[in-house]
Amino acid sequence: MPVLELLQYPDPRLKQVSTPVQDFTAELCDFIQELETTMRAGPGGVGIAAPQVGRFERIALVDVSDRPKIPHHGRLVLINPEILAWEGMGKGREGCMSVPDYTGNVIRAEQIQLKAWDEHGQAREYAMQGFEARAVQHEIDHLDGLLFLDRLVSRRHDLFHRKVCVTK
Amino acid sequence: MTTKQKWYMLTLVGKDRPGIVAHVTAALYEGEANLGETSMMRLGGNFTIMMMVQFSGNTHALHDLVGGVAESLDLHLHIDHIEGHLHDHRIPDVRIAVYGADRAGIVAKVTGVLAEAGLDILELESDVAGTDAEPIYIMSIEGYAAAGVPALESALEIIRAAGIDASLQPIDTLVG
Repeated sequence: MPVLELLQYPDPRLKQVSTPVQDFTAELCDFIQELETTMRAGPGGVGIAAPQVGRFERIALVDVSDRPKIPHHGRLVLINPEILAWEGMGKGREGCMSVPDYTGNVIRAEQIQLKAWDEHGQAREYAMQGFEARAVQHEIDHLDGLLFLDRLVSRRHDLFHRKVCVTK
Repeated sequence: MTTKQKWYMLTLVGKDRPGIVAHVTAALYEGEANLGETSMMRLGGNFTIMMMVQFSGNTHALHDLVGGVAESLDLHLHIDHIEGHLHDHRIPDVRIAVYGADRAGIVAKVTGVLAEAGLDILELESDVAGTDAEPIYIMSIEGYAAAGVPALESALEIIRAAGIDASLQPIDTLVG
């Protein structure tokens, strides 16, 4: 299975909003396999979105199962994903295969309720938390033309300081 | 950009006011100097910035380039030639928060214990909050746990036993 070419910022196509998948075809399944090969070829990659390889449809893959001791749903194919509900906020460090040599802190929802379709057109719902929920939010951002660079938080104004202010 | 370009660390400190960064970087740009990594912080009402600057001339020439604008803004200017390069980021794997009633020696105590437990500090920020009567010291550290996270957990026990609140969070960087 070939590894697809990754778009890297400042390629303007990464800022493009992707369109929903209409048809669940054999070609879509083939593409998802290639997308997965590409995700697993990247060092430490736990997710990938179709626009990162120049296909501007709402398709993402997430698999955080190699991380020890965290709740997860294994290998996930997320087509036309929608976050139905979210709760809590947490700061975490993110990098991106489309933004080499940079990592930064981003605030994401800690828990999400997610609806998405799999590659066979089956609708599914997931309750997710922590690292997996973060990965999904990172990938959905790609589908909306957003990079983690759009969400970087200043170290000085992080959650820790806000908590201190609230309890003062 | 030629290979003859050298890296300098340019430090500016002075009373904060709007427009400092714009004035200084305009002078650098006009003198064909390039910026690398920079860090600007307001500390106690003071403007502070450290900038990696790539420049073909020597320290004197760089001083001449920025000296005028620094003087006009009442900033102290310091320039060092450095052996630096870009794309040398290290990713921290642990974040430590330390806080407590402010007292002399917190930083020395905490960082000393953590260094012995193998912590390589990559970023450190500290601040004094609370009130003049009851100041609180707050420190945030990101670093690399060279001897593993459990060694740092044990070190934090020593810090807590000294009456300082401390918490540790592993950083698992997500790449997506």
